[in-house]
Amino acid sequence: MPFKRYVEIGRVALVNYGKDYGKLVVIVDVVDQNRALVDAPDMVRGQMNFKRLTLTDITIDIPRVPKKKTLIEAMEKADVKNKWENSSWGRKLIVQKRRASLNDFDRFKLMLAKIKRAGIVRQELAKLKKENSS
Amino acid sequence: MAAKRKTPVKSRNPDLIRGVGKYSRSKMYHKRGLWAIKAKHGGVFPRHDPQPKAPSAAEKPSKFYPADDVKKPLLNKRKPKPTKLRASITPGTVLILLAGRFMGKRVVFLKQLPSGLLLVTGPFKINGVPLRRVNQSYVIATSTKVDISGVNLEKFDDKYFAKEVEKKKKKGEGEFFEAEKEDKKKLPEDKKEDQKAVDTSLIKSIEGVPDLKAYLAARFSLKSGMKPHELAF
Repeated sequence: MPFKRYVEIGRVALVNYGKDYGKLVVIVDVVDQNRALVDAPDMVRGQMNFKRLTLTDITIDIPRVPKKKTLIEAMEKADVKNKWENSSWGRKLIVQKRRASLNDFDRFKLMLAKIKRAGIVRQELAKLKKENSS
Repeated sequence: MAAKRKTPVKSRNPDLIRGVGKYSRSKMYHKRGLWAIKAKHGGVFPRHDPQPKAPSAAEKPSKFYPADDVKKPLLNKRKPKPTKLRASITPGTVLILLAGRFMGKRVVFLKQLPSGLLLVTGPFKINGVPLRRVNQSYVIATSTKVDISGVNLEKFDDKYFAKEVEKKKKKGEGEFFEAEKEDKKKLPEDKKEDQKAVDTSLIKSIEGVPDLKAYLAARFSLKSGMKPHELAF
């Protein structure tokens, strides 16, 4: 089982602990064995322990410690946002966020929709069973 | 009293620190313009003679003095403020009742009564909750709102919900056995009419939103895996 995602300059990572929880950041430099210099379009560049980061599959092409403008251009070019939102990991996170923000009324409507869908599935299944048995 | 200003003056002597003003007595004399008042009245401050008091009736010496000195309790002039309504509760909000006979029911908030309690209604036809008072603390406010503009709530206040005073029955031996018969009290017709009047326009606006009627008819309960501190209402 070799490693597939490496810490490198331009690696996009997800913050999994702390104030910036859930943000996508780019590793722009490595400070030492445990820490990286990390940057994102909407935050001040700062250091983060690798333990707070989860590496993703996405990398972008940047020089070491780019200016904010260069970073943003590189992110646009690599289309990080869309790649992330279309990846299965990114989609799962979006669904989690949506579920957490559901209203009490929304949860009720969701329950009705689930019951309806289950009803339709059961009907189809019953039809198929009948066809098979007869 | 001399004529009052339209707006009271803030002190002309700002505090350097607490207890020490910036200006001395003589400077303040000048700032307040007391020299001008004196000049206007020829070198003296204007004096108002005390207004003649109306002659008070001669007090008779009291006939009765109490034996012991009884301490009077201190005067309490405190006026309780009306209960602060949570910002999330506005007229038309759907609330979840947390305690009492209608625990878990989702009801519509109408208005806050002068006592601080909230006036809510089911509506009655939808979930069986009548016009009722409920305390803010026993309620979860959801973010779902119902349009409440067509409802007239002027006549409802705390006196409307006061208990009816029963006529005192004369004590008699035979009465004790018959007293148990009159237990079930009938709801007066005018209260039923009030309920209908409030509910008809509410129900119309509720039926305008899909699924809202079924939502109000259902009770809320915590299921497995639901964490109240993580739920958004």
